[in-house]
Amino acid sequence: MTPQDRSRRGAAGGSDAEGLSKRLHDLSERIQAETAEHAPPQGPGAGDQGSRYGVAFRLASEFVAAVLVGAGLGWLLDRLAGTSPFGLIILLLLGFGAGILNMARTSRRMADSEAAAKAGPPINDDDDDED
Amino acid sequence: MTDPLHQFEIHVIAPLFSIFGVQFNFTNAALFMLVIVAIICALLYAAFANPELVPSRLQSVGEVWYEFIHNMVRQVMGEDGMKFFPLVFTIFSFVLVANMLGMFPYFFTVTSHVIITAALAVFVILLVVTVGIMRHGLGWFRLFVPHGVPLAILPFISAIEVISFLSRPVSLGLRLFGNMLAGHIVLKVFAGFVVSLSAIGITGIIGAIFPLGMAVGLTALEFLVAFLQAFVFAILTCVYLNDALHPGH
Repeated sequence: MTPQDRSRRGAAGGSDAEGLSKRLHDLSERIQAETAEHAPPQGPGAGDQGSRYGVAFRLASEFVAAVLVGAGLGWLLDRLAGTSPFGLIILLLLGFGAGILNMARTSRRMADSEAAAKAGPPINDDDDDED
Repeated sequence: MTDPLHQFEIHVIAPLFSIFGVQFNFTNAALFMLVIVAIICALLYAAFANPELVPSRLQSVGEVWYEFIHNMVRQVMGEDGMKFFPLVFTIFSFVLVANMLGMFPYFFTVTSHVIITAALAVFVILLVVTVGIMRHGLGWFRLFVPHGVPLAILPFISAIEVISFLSRPVSLGLRLFGNMLAGHIVLKVFAGFVVSLSAIGITGIIGAIFPLGMAVGLTALEFLVAFLQAFVFAILTCVYLNDALHPGH
């Protein structure tokens, strides 16, 4: 790779065709090893641990927020109308429903944007062979 | 043992005035919010004061920052949503700089206080309701009455839709608050382990390597979370405003 390296190899290989092809083979092997070393890890879950954590936390908070709002509304209704405990029970259950609805919507939105990102122009990651 | 909650305490720097017996003070939270706004203004001014065709480093940062939000707003809300671009850009910048500033030792994390995040979230939702009613009149409330639903279960569906809508500001505010609060507490707890373990002696110092490693790893994670939460807050603002502009979807 370094100039000294190359000149040393050139001196050792001689100028005949066999030495040249050997050097070419050697070089392509080294390039392959180099690109394999620098290539980003493939496969799901390799490099996006942080965004998966974000997704999980987002879904959980959507659900919890709806349950909390349902319970809060029910408690308020009970206090104002004196229907304790039915307002709390019914609205808590509706809050669970709203939580599931929230999660379903959020995950559908995330799947949509993921599909849109896949359908878009692919990221050009093979710019090594330009030079 | 260091107190992991000490970093969230609010101190009065200067008392200002009182209205109807409510005292208004200039606190460290207010100071940091001023610093945040000053940093954003200074950064953007420095980036675009002498614009060049081939951007300098700072100018490229400013351009990436601007275009990132620009593309997001256009993708989520479409062309007529661009009038909300300044708002989304402001919210994103404020939350991002607040989160990043919180990563400095001894700094105060504004977004780890629920009152700040709740104020932002409630403002966004009130804006959604206002814009929705201004654009579509009372017909906007059909958002809560999906069509194609049998009349027998319509009241339940509507109630669920209303609760779902009301839960938006709660989840929007609580998510940012919870992430920042939890992250900073965990970081502080692990850092506290290092201090108290190394006080024991030589075995403690060797044992302190593990929490120290955790603290370093968590710091990296916290930087990621700081950016991610600002992004999530901004994109959800876009999504909710899109509901006000185009309620049919």
